[in-house]
Amino acid sequence: MNPVVKAIPDVLRGLGGWAIHGLWWLGHVSHFLLEILIHSGTSFRRFNLITREIYFVGIYSLIIIIVSGLFVGFVLGLQGYNTLQKYASEQALGVLVALSLVRELGPVITALLFAGRAGTALTAEIGLMKATEQLSAMEIMAVDPIARVVAPRFWAGVISMPILAAIFSIVGVFGGYIVGVVLIGVDEGAFWAQMQAGVDVFDDVLNGEIKSLVFGVTVTLIALFEGYDCYPTAEGVARATTRTVVISSLTILALDFVLTSFMLGGW
Amino acid sequence: MGSKTLDLWAGIFVFAGIVALFMLAMKVGNLSSFSWSTNNYVLYANFENIGGLKVRAPVKSAGVVVGRIADIRFDNKDYVARVTLSLENRFQFPKDTFASILTSGLLGEQYVGLDAGGDSEFLQPGETIKKTQSAVVLEKLIGQFLFNKAEGDKK
Repeated sequence: MNPVVKAIPDVLRGLGGWAIHGLWWLGHVSHFLLEILIHSGTSFRRFNLITREIYFVGIYSLIIIIVSGLFVGFVLGLQGYNTLQKYASEQALGVLVALSLVRELGPVITALLFAGRAGTALTAEIGLMKATEQLSAMEIMAVDPIARVVAPRFWAGVISMPILAAIFSIVGVFGGYIVGVVLIGVDEGAFWAQMQAGVDVFDDVLNGEIKSLVFGVTVTLIALFEGYDCYPTAEGVARATTRTVVISSLTILALDFVLTSFMLGGW
Repeated sequence: MGSKTLDLWAGIFVFAGIVALFMLAMKVGNLSSFSWSTNNYVLYANFENIGGLKVRAPVKSAGVVVGRIADIRFDNKDYVARVTLSLENRFQFPKDTFASILTSGLLGEQYVGLDAGGDSEFLQPGETIKKTQSAVVLEKLIGQFLFNKAEGDKK
């Protein structure tokens, strides 16, 4: 028989298995989210659990967010000025920097960095807890690990993401100001005035924050799920951490497209 | 680290986020110049052509923002654009005020400019501005120019 024809059933089986696995994964994640939401009441009553996780998730990500925001702002200022001055409209630099940061780069880059910085830490932490049977020990003591370990981390991530995105955007705007106004010498008044005229609080700032909130839920959920679901071995934890970064990055970028097309009102 | 210190740091973090959001709204966005709809009143103006005028574009008088465009509709009876202007209460305009669609800069956004007239009576909320001037459409202007030029060459 032709080897190509011979290979077809295998390919089909592979595709089918891949699709079924994807659906299974999606269902599992949804179930996990439901479980977290059901058990959130307990963690809100013990809010110090959430503050503790906000500290580890948020404050530890702060440095990388501020530094990246500053450099992204610098680059936007340079690139924007280079292109805008060809059209003799370098006063529009403020709008360009602010809109690109507030609408797109703020939420997206923050979410990508957040997945790399905090998401992996969450996956590894919970994965190790599972590998060292701490989660099983909790269950034996009649402590629900989802209520005690997972839910506080979830809410800490959801709360931290919009805050980090806002800080990223404002630091980025400041970076653009440093390069554009202080170093290159764009008129300061025009820089801020055009920015304020061009950026709408509800259409731009609020939509950016909604985006970052959605990304926060997505990244934290994926990170926690991968940790909770991993094979309880050293290799399993390593794989789960990798999957967290890959899956959450792809999901962020795809979701970003969907959200943007809704917000711009194309459909 | 004690639980108290952790709480303090988390508090500082959330506070920094609120400050950043506040700055985004006031310094980057236009919340500071945003007028809440409670102390506004509405005027209407019909234009033959609004060009690229958009909802939420500013309404200016003598270059100062006095309100915003609330709504733009097409009037199917008279075939004109019916623009709803939302102006701040503290700004009153005479009855013979002139509304025109202007452009800020050569390529800037379009806005409605109000030139106050000399009438002693003021426009009441809900009234329609009688005197309007449409947006300048560049294509028409160029067409007219070329047409005039051709006419001139003939003579």
